Amino acid sequence: MKKEYVYRSFERFWHWLQAVLILFLGITGFEIHGSIRFFGYDQAVAYHHVASMSFLVLIVFAVFWHITTGEWKQYLPTRKNLRAQLEYYILGIFHNAPHPTKKTVLSKLNPLQKLVYAGLKVLVIPVMVFTGLLSMFYRYPQRYEVLSLNINGLQTIALLHTIGAFLLVAFFIAHLYLITTGRTVTSNLKAMITGYEELPVDTEKRDDDASTTSVSEVNP
Amino acid sequence: MKKGALTVIMLGAIIALMFTALQKDRSGNVPQEKLKSRYAHKVNASVDHSLFQQLKKKFTKPQEVTAACISCHNGRAAEVMQTTHWNWERSEYIAGKGIRPLGKKNVLNNFCIGISGNKQSCNKCHAGYGYADSKFNFKDSLNVDCLACHDNSSTYIKASGGAGMPDSSVNLNTVAQHVGKPQRTNCGTCHFFGGGGNNVKHGDLEKALFDPSREIDVHMASDGIDMQCVDCHTAEQHQMLGKMYSVSSMNRGRVECEQCHTGMPHADDVLNNHTLKVACQSCHIPTYAKVNPTKLYWDWSTAGRMRDGKPYEETDSNGVDVYMSIKGSFQWGKQLTPDYIWFNGTASHYLVGDTFDPSRPLKLNELFGSYRDPDAKIYPVKIHRARQIYDTEHHYLIQPKTFSSKPGDGGYWKEFNWQRASEEGMKLVNLPYSGKYGFVETEMYWPVNHMVSPKNKTVKCTECHTRDNGRLAHLGGFYLPGRDYNPWVEWLGGGCIALTLAGVVLHGGARIVMGRKRKGSNLP
Repeated sequence: MKKEYVYRSFERFWHWLQAVLILFLGITGFEIHGSIRFFGYDQAVAYHHVASMSFLVLIVFAVFWHITTGEWKQYLPTRKNLRAQLEYYILGIFHNAPHPTKKTVLSKLNPLQKLVYAGLKVLVIPVMVFTGLLSMFYRYPQRYEVLSLNINGLQTIALLHTIGAFLLVAFFIAHLYLITTGRTVTSNLKAMITGYEELPVDTEKRDDDASTTSVSEVNP
Repeated sequence: MKKGALTVIMLGAIIALMFTALQKDRSGNVPQEKLKSRYAHKVNASVDHSLFQQLKKKFTKPQEVTAACISCHNGRAAEVMQTTHWNWERSEYIAGKGIRPLGKKNVLNNFCIGISGNKQSCNKCHAGYGYADSKFNFKDSLNVDCLACHDNSSTYIKASGGAGMPDSSVNLNTVAQHVGKPQRTNCGTCHFFGGGGNNVKHGDLEKALFDPSREIDVHMASDGIDMQCVDCHTAEQHQMLGKMYSVSSMNRGRVECEQCHTGMPHADDVLNNHTLKVACQSCHIPTYAKVNPTKLYWDWSTAGRMRDGKPYEETDSNGVDVYMSIKGSFQWGKQLTPDYIWFNGTASHYLVGDTFDPSRPLKLNELFGSYRDPDAKIYPVKIHRARQIYDTEHHYLIQPKTFSSKPGDGGYWKEFNWQRASEEGMKLVNLPYSGKYGFVETEMYWPVNHMVSPKNKTVKCTECHTRDNGRLAHLGGFYLPGRDYNPWVEWLGGGCIALTLAGVVLHGGARIVMGRKRKGSNLP
């Protein structure tokens, strides 16, 4: 075992702010949807708008970070080990079997994570952003009589936005639980807070230090 | 260290953005303050009419007053004679029916039905003298009643059943010497009492507006800005802005809140977005008939009952009639929540002689509009329902003769005989009467425009954006956040969350159990 710097400061900041914003958007969003009552409708709408704008800012920074650091490659879905990972969560985990995917700084996601996170990044979040912006601004084109952009109603937009919200809630629950499935129950959580995690020493020799250095030298 | 600093800067920027966005604008509403100061300034009349010689000679007939008025104000009577206040009709385009003369002169309503059967009483409110029958001379400018609108002495009243002539108690000289700009009392004398009593017709126009508080009407409030009707219902050559869809059908000449307020008057953009599809009135008039009840239902079919051989009346605890032998039975309501409809400013209208299907309620003035209609907004309305007389053979509404000027002329209010009233009434509108009558359900739509509440009393978000029976629960054709949802999405989404939770609990539980077992088996 070796203590490695897995999650960089921006990454942790992005992760936690995103978590808070999604939670907050969920609460305010479901109040706007009529499912719950918490802040009061007008407050919920105002908070939802501000949180969504903040999220947009965060997304811009996060996209920049992913591109410039090359971290986006970590999220490319792969079928390698996918079955083994599934079998681990269904069977192996109960018998204290070892994780089938070795976590390293350069490959910190297992195949299931890659699949789910990639789905969030390229499908769910963009759909939420797009439908959310349309919900907020769909009247402006009409007001300024740009009729080619005329949208006749919120029905479809709202439906997609709601479906996305339900998926995010389900993800949120599963994600919270899966924190506990690391090497120890708390190791994942600690890693995302401190950035450091005990990782098994890679038997295949990699030029870890060099790549880490190159990443840290990128100055956004 | 550098990265840490960057992160802190970003976090700070985002927090600052959130706080700035949520900060309430405390600079005040400057355009509204300007409006307030404009209307707080009351103009005094520039001349004293009591000093004019022309108005000191003894008037014996009201027409002499009109002659005196137009001896200085030449051409003004001719202006009045171009208006609906005088002609009681104008050419209006009605979708599907073409351009037709439309107005009090020829439409039927579901209150006292129409003026043709009762010109003596109804025409009390005509802006002229002696419009007692169809022989009235609309070309004689001396018949113009200047005083009804311009009396500032509050002593001018028109005689009951007098077809527009002043009451015998009126001192014409006093009135003529105290004329000026129309006040609420001038307009209200007729417009608050349409349909034969206070607040019968509109629901938002009634005698409480002679001296209202801010809670009743924020514009007309005596304890507030104290605006007069003509401050909004402005006039150009006596053509007044404003109209009612009980007697008109076109989208023109309307009074708009935007005359003074802008189309985006709120500090909050989310509220401003509403103005594209929601009329100001919908949120700013949360209740109407705030003080006195308004009539909601009028059943003519029960008219004619006698007590000891005589017609009678019954009143309820509010002091309003619930039964009158001459008119039938009524239902009233006060502090009412309006109904809401899509309305684009155009209306259809039932015209005398139109046939209809009596198995369904007949809409006498259907207001047009839908969500998809770019000109339509959500408007509050009062719906007045009635059962009124119609010809069961010809399938059109009957104009009964109600008023009786001499015995045996068929007037229902003297003879209580629908056959005779129908025969004589239909002669007045030149239509055949089959001899068979029945009663049909009818509806009238009255947009609610007055009794604007103070801003802290406006309709709250969740009165519409709610799943449980909000104000717009029955208004279809569009997606309303907070009210609408797709049951499939809710069901599948909820199921997805439930399954995830169940999976987590089961999986986690199994891990704990298996972990204990492992520990147990490892024990020596």
